[in-house]
Amino acid sequence: MITLGNYLALSGIIFAVGLVGVMTSRNVLKVLLSLELLLAASNLSFVAFSKFNGDYAGQLIVFFVILVAAAEVAIGLAIIVLMYRRLSTIQADDLKVMKW
Amino acid sequence: MVDPQLIWIAFFAPLVACVLITLFFLSSKATSSLIAISGILISFICSCIVFTQIFQNNPPAQLQQSLTWIHIDALTINFGFLMNPLAIMMLLIVTGVGSAIFIYSRGYMDEDPGSPRFFAFLSLFAFSMIGIVLSNNFIQLFIFWELVGLSSYLLIGFWYAKPSAADAGVKAFMVNRLSDFGFLCGIILLWSLSDTGAGRSFQFTELMPVIAHIDPHMLTIVGLLLFCGVVGKSAQIPLHVWLIDAMEGPTPVSALIHAATMVAAGIYLLARTFFIFEPSATALGVIAYTGAITSLMAAILAIAENDIKRILAYSTLSQLGLMVMALGLGGPVQGMYHLTTHAFFKALLFLGAGSVIYALHHEQNIWNMHGLLKKMPVTGITFLIGTLALCGIFPLSGFWSKDGILALAYTHDTMLYLIAATASGFTAFYMGRLFFVAFWPDAPAAHQGDHAHEIHESPAVMTLPLIFLAILAAIGGFIGIPHYLSPQEAPEALNMQVAVISSIVAVLGLGFAFIIYGRRTSADPLASILGSFYAVLQNKFYFDIVYGWYVDNIQQNIALFLSRFEKEFIVRIFVGGVTNLARNGGKTFRYLQNGLVQFYALIFILGAVLLFLILVKTL
Repeated sequence: MITLGNYLALSGIIFAVGLVGVMTSRNVLKVLLSLELLLAASNLSFVAFSKFNGDYAGQLIVFFVILVAAAEVAIGLAIIVLMYRRLSTIQADDLKVMKW
Repeated sequence: MVDPQLIWIAFFAPLVACVLITLFFLSSKATSSLIAISGILISFICSCIVFTQIFQNNPPAQLQQSLTWIHIDALTINFGFLMNPLAIMMLLIVTGVGSAIFIYSRGYMDEDPGSPRFFAFLSLFAFSMIGIVLSNNFIQLFIFWELVGLSSYLLIGFWYAKPSAADAGVKAFMVNRLSDFGFLCGIILLWSLSDTGAGRSFQFTELMPVIAHIDPHMLTIVGLLLFCGVVGKSAQIPLHVWLIDAMEGPTPVSALIHAATMVAAGIYLLARTFFIFEPSATALGVIAYTGAITSLMAAILAIAENDIKRILAYSTLSQLGLMVMALGLGGPVQGMYHLTTHAFFKALLFLGAGSVIYALHHEQNIWNMHGLLKKMPVTGITFLIGTLALCGIFPLSGFWSKDGILALAYTHDTMLYLIAATASGFTAFYMGRLFFVAFWPDAPAAHQGDHAHEIHESPAVMTLPLIFLAILAAIGGFIGIPHYLSPQEAPEALNMQVAVISSIVAVLGLGFAFIIYGRRTSADPLASILGSFYAVLQNKFYFDIVYGWYVDNIQQNIALFLSRFEKEFIVRIFVGGVTNLARNGGKTFRYLQNGLVQFYALIFILGAVLLFLILVKTL
C-alpha cells in the first residue's frame, strides 16, 4: 500500500535533486530544467495531499503551477536564446553584467 | 449697556483696511489713504460710542468676551477683549490721536510713491495697538505686542533704500526682541504660578484673585520679568537706544510710535496689570528708579541734540520715564493721565516738526531753521502750545498731569522727586532751546537762506490735525481724564507747594533757554559753555559705543565659537557620521552583489531553510 509518506518522500527527493541542479549546473539550460524539477516535486506533493484529504483544492493549485511553469519556460528559453545571441555562451558564470 | 459688537468692529476695522489696501489698492494712492483713514475713523467712532455706553452706568460697566482659541489639556488660550475704563481711555487715545495722524499722513506722504504701502503698514500698526489695548489675556497681548514690534520695524525702515533707516528698523526690532524674551519668561512663570486649585490661567480677570496666594519672592521675579518687556517697548534705560534711531522713519510714524501708541504700550501694560506689581515693593522700587533715571538722562541728552525729531524723541524718553516712575510709585492713574496728555502734546509736537520738515524739504537740523513762527503761523503757534504743555506751564494739560506725578513723588520719595524735578527743568530748557532756535523771529535777514522765501504753511490736511491736537493739549487738564481713569476715587487736590515749585522750575528752564538762544547764533553756544561734557552728550553717554563694543568683541566671539562648534562638532561628527555610516556600509555590502545568479540562489535557499527551521522550532 502506497502511503502519503511515500509520495512526500518521493517529492522531497525530486525537490532535492532539483535544488542541487539549480545550484551546481553552470549551464543555464540545465538550471532551467532543474527549476522544472522543483515545480514538479511540489506538484506531486499537492496532488498527494489532495488525494489523501479527499478534496480538489490541491489539484486546482497544480493547474495554476503548471500554467506558471509553462510561462516561465517560455520566458526563460527566450532569455537563454537572447543570451546566446549576445554573449555566444550559456554559462551562468559569464552572466556578470549585474556585478558591482 | 455696552454693545460688544461695536468693540469687535473697533478692533478689526484697521485690519480690514490693511488687508484691502494690500490686496487691491497698492497702486492707488488716493484710495489707499482713504481706506486707511476710514478704517481708523470707524474704530474711533465706535470707541466714542462705547465710551458713552460705559460711563452711563455708575460704577462704569466692565465687559469681557472671549472665545477659546487653543485648548490642550490644562492649557487654555483665549482670544477676546476686556473692556473697562482704563481700556476705553487708551483706546480713545490710540484711535483718536491715530486718526489725526492718519489724516495728517495723507498730506505728508502725498509725494511719496510708496504711500499705499505706508498706509497699509499704518493700519496694521493701529490694529496691533488696539489688540494690545483690548487683550484680556497675556498670550493674546504678547502676540499683539510682537505685531506692534513688527509693524514698527516695517514703518521705521519704510524708506528701506536708505541704509540708516533700514539699520534703525533692525535695531528697534532687535532691542525689542531682547526685552520681549524677558517678558515671555515672565508670562510663562506667572502662568505656572497661577495654579491655586482652579487651574492655571493667562486671563487678567482670573489672575487677579490668585495673586494674593503667590509667594511674594516669586511675584517679584515675575514683576521684574514683565517689566523687561516694558523696558524695551517703552524705551527705558538701558534699552532706550532704539527710540532715537527710530527717528529715521517718516515723521507721522514718529508721532504715532512716540506719542499715542507703541511706547505707551509699556505704560499701559503696567497700569493694566498693576495688581501683579502692587504687592512687590522691590519690583516697584526698581520700576520707579529705572523711570526716574531714564527721565533725567534723556532730558540731559536732549540739550545737546541738533535734530528736531531727535530732540522730541529724547523728550519722549524723558516723559516715559516720568510715567514709569509714577507707576513704580504706585500711581497708575497719574501715570495714565500723563500718558494721555503726553499723547496729545507729543503727537502735536511731532506733527508740527513734520510740518516744518515738509516745508523745508526734509531739513531736520534746527540750526538751519529760523523765524518759522512768522512764516508758518499755524504750525508755529500750535508748536508753541505743545512746547508749553510739555514744559508744564499752567494751565495747559501737561501742567496738571506732570504735577500729579511730581506730587506723588514728593509724598513718597524725596530722592525721586528731586530727580524728576531736575528732569522737568531740563525739559523746559531744551524745549525752549528748540523753540527759540527754530521758531523765534530773529533780527532781519542776518542768516536768511536762499530758499527762505519759499517757505510757507503746510496744506490744511496737515494743519487741521495740528489744531485738533493743540486744542486737546491745551484743555486736556480740564476734561476730567483722571475721573474717567478711576471713577471710584475722588480726584486728588492740586498740591500747591509742588505746583509752585515745578512752575518756577519750568519758567527758569525756559528763561535760561531764552538768555542763551534768544539772540540768533550760528552755532550752539552751549558747546563752549559745557566744554568737554558736551562731547559726552553728543555721544549719548556712550551707550551705543559700549553696546557696539560688546557686540563686536564679546557677542561676536561667542557667536563665532558656537558657529565653529556647530560646524566642527555637530555637523562633522553627527551629520557627517550618519552619512559616513551609510557610505561605508554600502561599500562593504556591495561585495555581496557579485553578479553570480546561482550564488544568489544559494543565499535564497539558505534563507528559506533558516526560515523553515525557525518555523519548525516555534511550532
